[in-house]
Amino acid sequence: MNRLLILRVIVIVTVVFGVNYVAWRWMFSLNWHAWWIAVPLVIAETYSLIDVSLFGLAMWRSRPRELPKTVPLGTTVDVFITTYDEPIDLVMITARHARDIRYPHSTWLLDDGARPELAAAAAELGVGYIKRGADWMNRPLHAKAGNLNNALMSTNGELLLILDADQVPQPEILDNTLGYFDDERVALVQTPQLFGNVPISDPLGSQAPLFYGPIQQGKDGWNAAFFCGSNAILRREALMQLGITGYVAEVERAVDTALRGAHRVIKRARRSVPKSNEMMHAALADVSLAVDAAKASIASGESLSGVTYRLQRRVAEVSQGMVAADVQLLAQDLRAIEEMNGGGADSDFTINIDATMEALGSRDLSPLGAVESVQTLLRSIDVDRSGEAQPLMPLATISVTEDMATSMRLHGLGWKSVYHHELLAVGLAPEDLGTMLKQRLRWAQGTMQVLIRENPLVQRGMTLAQRLMYFSTMWSYLSGFATIVYFAAPIVFLCFGVLPVNTSAWHFFLHFLPFMVANQVLFAFACRGVSTWRGQQYSLALFPVWIEATTSAVANVFFGRPLSFIVTSKVRGAYRPQWTLITPQIIVSVALTLAAVIGVTRLALGVGEPIGTAVNLAWVALDLVVLSVLVPAVRYRGFDNKQEE
Amino acid sequence: MDFTVQELEQGIAVVRGAGRLNMVSAGQLRELVAAAVAGGNSRIVVDLSAVDFIDSSGLGALVNGLKIARQAGGDLRISAPTDQVKLVLQLTNMERVLFPYPTVDSAYAND
Repeated sequence: MNRLLILRVIVIVTVVFGVNYVAWRWMFSLNWHAWWIAVPLVIAETYSLIDVSLFGLAMWRSRPRELPKTVPLGTTVDVFITTYDEPIDLVMITARHARDIRYPHSTWLLDDGARPELAAAAAELGVGYIKRGADWMNRPLHAKAGNLNNALMSTNGELLLILDADQVPQPEILDNTLGYFDDERVALVQTPQLFGNVPISDPLGSQAPLFYGPIQQGKDGWNAAFFCGSNAILRREALMQLGITGYVAEVERAVDTALRGAHRVIKRARRSVPKSNEMMHAALADVSLAVDAAKASIASGESLSGVTYRLQRRVAEVSQGMVAADVQLLAQDLRAIEEMNGGGADSDFTINIDATMEALGSRDLSPLGAVESVQTLLRSIDVDRSGEAQPLMPLATISVTEDMATSMRLHGLGWKSVYHHELLAVGLAPEDLGTMLKQRLRWAQGTMQVLIRENPLVQRGMTLAQRLMYFSTMWSYLSGFATIVYFAAPIVFLCFGVLPVNTSAWHFFLHFLPFMVANQVLFAFACRGVSTWRGQQYSLALFPVWIEATTSAVANVFFGRPLSFIVTSKVRGAYRPQWTLITPQIIVSVALTLAAVIGVTRLALGVGEPIGTAVNLAWVALDLVVLSVLVPAVRYRGFDNKQEE
Repeated sequence: MDFTVQELEQGIAVVRGAGRLNMVSAGQLRELVAAAVAGGNSRIVVDLSAVDFIDSSGLGALVNGLKIARQAGGDLRISAPTDQVKLVLQLTNMERVLFPYPTVDSAYAND
């Protein structure tokens, strides 16, 4: 308790000093003559203040939970292991440990690679095997979310433990976590993700002790612990409820959109059909009337299934009518031919009018299909979500990181989540920089997709604190832009002598140092002695990744560009240092070094200002130390067990 | 939970269940509806008069059945829900999609 009190005092002090500094920067020390660097810098500083304030809000309630005292008996649990292309041996190690989890459960391999060898291995081990069915053909697969949604429909455990293919669970993973579900409003228990194939020095910054620790505990304090995709237990009822409410919302939206755009589509179709085709014009007029009737019924509050059923029936009748007319003409022609041939003898031409009509009038062959836009429109005015493999999609499919979006929706429905701070599964981290960068990019892109599609700040159902907890993680991924400014400012000063801050050195330090010191104290205290230096280095050094994530997510959501989704590879490739992966960081390092040389030269020539130069040289030195993390990262050859022992 | 299926004329099949329509029995309902549709009865009525509890998985089975029936050119309708079922339909907004008919006979009375 005392610890939390001290932490809160540090949070308050940090935020007060921070506001004091940034307000002074905006109001009294902005160098408007050099606005092109001064304004970006003060915006970057404001960004950082908001970032640390949100961190402080999480720390406000960051403490270990009380452990559940009992293990409920008789709860049914499905253990899901999701896999796509991981080596069979690796998946089977996880499967064996999953099967041997102590609490009674069923184990399932969810194989998105549909590999017969894996199916055979699963059968031999005595665990279940699930792959996508025919419904998923030619429909969006939704990656891991789709894989899990598919499995949800063919299993029935009350709880689900979700494991990535490389996360090997401990036997007690369920015993130690199921007690939380005695509270019927708990939908999610997340446990930490830690990696066993990472040396102490952690050259790729794989471990996330700050996130799987103080941050998740802080979010948990506000009932906002996130789902992180693996090593988590979820309540089926909560997920299915998400599926149901999502289904209703999606159907309402689709029907509403289609009906609103209907007349425009029909009008355009009428213009494209030649005047001579009277039958088609009559049919389109009928469809138009049916659409009006549907609109009126929905406005009067009738259920969507009733309205769409009648509309679809009416459309089918219209189609049948057109087919009937066509078939009658065809039959007449055939009869004429038969008569010309002498009649009767050759009955090959006779057709079964009823069967032909039924076949031609079916949904897919309807003559209205000739007007494709109308066909598409009519199909979307239904309740079967025919564009998706299954009507219910419990795990969110709006983002490549389905986990965060899903837990946000669960919180929106009023469910509770728990962060259980105990290592209960050990995973494998990427072992080369290229793979690591792709993985970080994917996480960041997914997070930005959620921010753009379902901005937590405007989601109903969550408390303000919950919204801020989600927003906080998204906000931190915007840091790439601020980092660029932090690199540019000292370069500008050292090369051109332009100071973005218009003040005396004394006043600057008076405002800046207290904030800086409080900030560092806050991090050090919050992290309880666990080093987060590696994490801090990477959050700055990977600025090109964060920027690419933001821009590609914007391009994806608003302009439909693909994200170039890549599943993180767990296989080590042939080693060869790939310096090109960090070209932007190398350019920045060279620029910083040159700027330092120029700054010292200017000082020696008597042009430079001594205190400003000293401060900016220190700043450059810090930047270079931060970026230096990438050198061992590029040269890293993967984890070697023997070396470690 | 036990289900029975009764075939009426005009391709209508009535599926009746008694007890709890939850994650355990949902799969069974889903299969019964699929079998009825495959057998040529694409107009389904699920009689809920003896279902005293439904959860989201149970609703999921209804939605799934609705999709199967619709794609065969038919429909799935529900009749005579008990109070708990009505409440769940309301809370999940499902009544926006599925209208509960008062009796089995009224389900297809007008179509």
